Amino acid sequence: MFSVDLLLNAIIAGILLGGFYAAVSLGISVAFGLLDVVNIAHPVFVILGSYAAYAMNTSLGLDPIVAGLLFTPVFFALGVAVYRIYYNSFEKKGEESLRGLVFFFGILFIVEVVLLLQYGVDYRLVEAAYIGESVHIGPVGIAFRLLVPCLVGMGLTLALYLFLSKTFYGRAIQAVAQDSLALRLMGANPIRIKTLAFGLAIATASLAGALLIMIGPVEPSMNREYIGRVFAIAVLGGLGNIGGTFVAALILGVVESLTSTFYGPSWALAVSFGVLLLTLAVRPAGLFGR
Amino acid sequence: MQRRVFLASMLAVVVLGALVTRVIQNQYYYFAAYVILQYVVLATAWNILGGYTGYVNFGSAAFFALGAYTSVVLIKAAAAPLVVLVVAGGLVSGLLGLGIGYLTLRLRGVFFAIATLALAVVLQTMFINWEYVGGARGIYIIRPKTVPFFTSYVEFLFAVMVVLAVVAVTVAWWIENSRVGRGLAAIRDNEEAAECMGVPTLKLKLVATTVSGVLMGVAGAPFPYYVTYVEPSSAFNLDYAVNSLAMPMIGGTTTWAGPVLGAVLLGTAQQVATVTISSALNLLIVGIILVAFVILAPEGIIGLVRRVTKGKRG
Amino acid sequence: MADPLLEVHNVTKRFGGFEALSNVSLEVREGERFGLIGPNGSGKTTLINCISGALRNDGGRILFRGTDVTEMPAYQRTRLGIARSFQIPKPFTSMTLLENLCIPLEYAAHARSGGDEAAGDAREILRLMGLESKAHITPAGLSQIEMRKLELARAMAAKPKLLISDEAMAGLSSAEVDDILAILFKLNEDGITIIMIEHIMRAVMRFSERIVVFDAGAKIAEGTPQAIAENKEVEKAYLGE
Repeated sequence: MFSVDLLLNAIIAGILLGGFYAAVSLGISVAFGLLDVVNIAHPVFVILGSYAAYAMNTSLGLDPIVAGLLFTPVFFALGVAVYRIYYNSFEKKGEESLRGLVFFFGILFIVEVVLLLQYGVDYRLVEAAYIGESVHIGPVGIAFRLLVPCLVGMGLTLALYLFLSKTFYGRAIQAVAQDSLALRLMGANPIRIKTLAFGLAIATASLAGALLIMIGPVEPSMNREYIGRVFAIAVLGGLGNIGGTFVAALILGVVESLTSTFYGPSWALAVSFGVLLLTLAVRPAGLFGR
Repeated sequence: MQRRVFLASMLAVVVLGALVTRVIQNQYYYFAAYVILQYVVLATAWNILGGYTGYVNFGSAAFFALGAYTSVVLIKAAAAPLVVLVVAGGLVSGLLGLGIGYLTLRLRGVFFAIATLALAVVLQTMFINWEYVGGARGIYIIRPKTVPFFTSYVEFLFAVMVVLAVVAVTVAWWIENSRVGRGLAAIRDNEEAAECMGVPTLKLKLVATTVSGVLMGVAGAPFPYYVTYVEPSSAFNLDYAVNSLAMPMIGGTTTWAGPVLGAVLLGTAQQVATVTISSALNLLIVGIILVAFVILAPEGIIGLVRRVTKGKRG
Repeated sequence: MADPLLEVHNVTKRFGGFEALSNVSLEVREGERFGLIGPNGSGKTTLINCISGALRNDGGRILFRGTDVTEMPAYQRTRLGIARSFQIPKPFTSMTLLENLCIPLEYAAHARSGGDEAAGDAREILRLMGLESKAHITPAGLSQIEMRKLELARAMAAKPKLLISDEAMAGLSSAEVDDILAILFKLNEDGITIIMIEHIMRAVMRFSERIVVFDAGAKIAEGTPQAIAENKEVEKAYLGE
């Protein structure tokens, strides 16, 4: 039943969840928002990250976050490879929009089925000493399995924000979104910059995946739930706007948490997809777009 | 002339389908053929919007499931006969199609595609939470014991699907060879230019989304009787969404023959693979073939064949 | 003088906070060759987007042959007789040239019988434009000037009373410009009113009977080519202070 404690707990849990959603959505915000690459397979890469962390955790007893960090170069390379294929097959020919979309849909499907063949439909989870712990502040309980992902998500957001605004390559990535002429004047090759950025976007999926499996058990088809979420967040946040993406992630986290607490978890997903549909229909530029 | 040939061959397919039920006894063939024919309808329906008009629908499963669940409701509430189920399923999914048609006013390209995906999840959640149709647990459907003229109910369902497939292909063929089809192609190539050349783009897009929705709903309507147990995760299965776009992409998206060819080839391969290998592996094969085709042969098999025959002539 | 074919009354168009057109009024007479010039971003293309229906104006009214078309969707305006070409050609890429022309013939020019009759008309227009040898290839195989001609040909296939040519000559050689000009003169002789938007001064000055100059979303001058050439305001808008 409704109570202030329940409400407070739901809001805090939502904010924590939101910090994690930011980590999942950053890659889409970069790929879709800055590069115009509609990578609907991003969530499946996140799941792949979860399984990588799972494999390391069960075989070597590695901490999931350490595993997630260790795998970022691998995911970066994967992203570079995927972008190369995408660029040569679609973007170069100017056929990126629809066929490119189907290409990523196919990738999504392949990765999901490969995971299914390897690990089956069972839910998998990781173990670490702190995962079951929690702290209590007054009536509000904060579970470490939510707090840690939120903090790491915030760290990732900050790191990406600083990289994009303060470094040469970061600014080059921002420039590629606006016009490639300015980029050429900077002396950078747009294709290389886009490859770098896409690799980076996929690299974030490694860490986000580790966070995902820390929050709860994971199975291969879970990526689909995140397709709507990440696009809702990226679009709501104003495409390519890192700060906006973070705020949008928090909003969605809180809305979902409230829905889940007061109406039941099975409605939470529909809320995020509903938000996406509404945003698309009413304000495609997002809350923080121009 | 061409028209007569096409209609005659469609009629021949129906007659052949009817004859088959007098000859073949093994029920497995009807189960398998039903699925393949169901994909012919879905792929053809997807292609009317995706291939002819250029709007990619990732939510085919939603339209299919809506048709299936409309049947569940009508079976449970009124024990309605199959004809009624098919018509009702088509109507309900057609209405959803009309709805996404209005979405095209604001959403184009990738945004439209993402919206259809979101729509599928929202609908699935609603059915998961709708107890009347079984909620997340699902619901058992009992087939009628007997059906006139057919030795088994599955044979009857097979025959129904033959008719639906023929209807779907005929509709696609008609659109393709009419003014409507040429207008849709103009929209696909350049919507702004089409509107400026006198093409009523909104009206035609509404026709395409509605017809596509109707056909997908029609394909889903007999589904409860086919599986006899309907649950959201099977009715909204992503396999429908993937297959109904992969099949036209592999066959070729510009003509009615493309989705038919894709559905027959890929559908048969999947049926064989499910028996001989494993169902997960056969999905992997579908995924890989799809990616290979979008990269290497964007015009599909029909396009490849055309290129080869043209090459010979030139 | 003939009646106005097109009347633009106090048209305003805003994009967010930016006013792209402020209170623009002009008239184009039946049979006229009308030039529209102005620096980049002065609102010329926005105006013709409003006239053709690609954009809706926020204020003011647009009348075509006495009918208020302000609220009309673009395709209906095309059917009434307003056709345009695009600055950046937008051909139907999957169709042959002949099929490209059949779209406006079928949908705008009301060649209801479709099929053969439309194809006959399409061939005639292609011949007029000197494109008949390319009737059965797709636009991907066209040169720059052929692409521009296709744009005009497709607009012509809508059988318009008013043809708006949006920078049909940009990037063409001098001989090619003359080629396009000759086509436009010929169309005008056949009774089609033409609005020409162009940066190539030589072409606009030679072609137009009357010219309107735009700057920063407003009309700053109107008159014969002679008068415009001598106008100090216009010079300032083009050359800066």
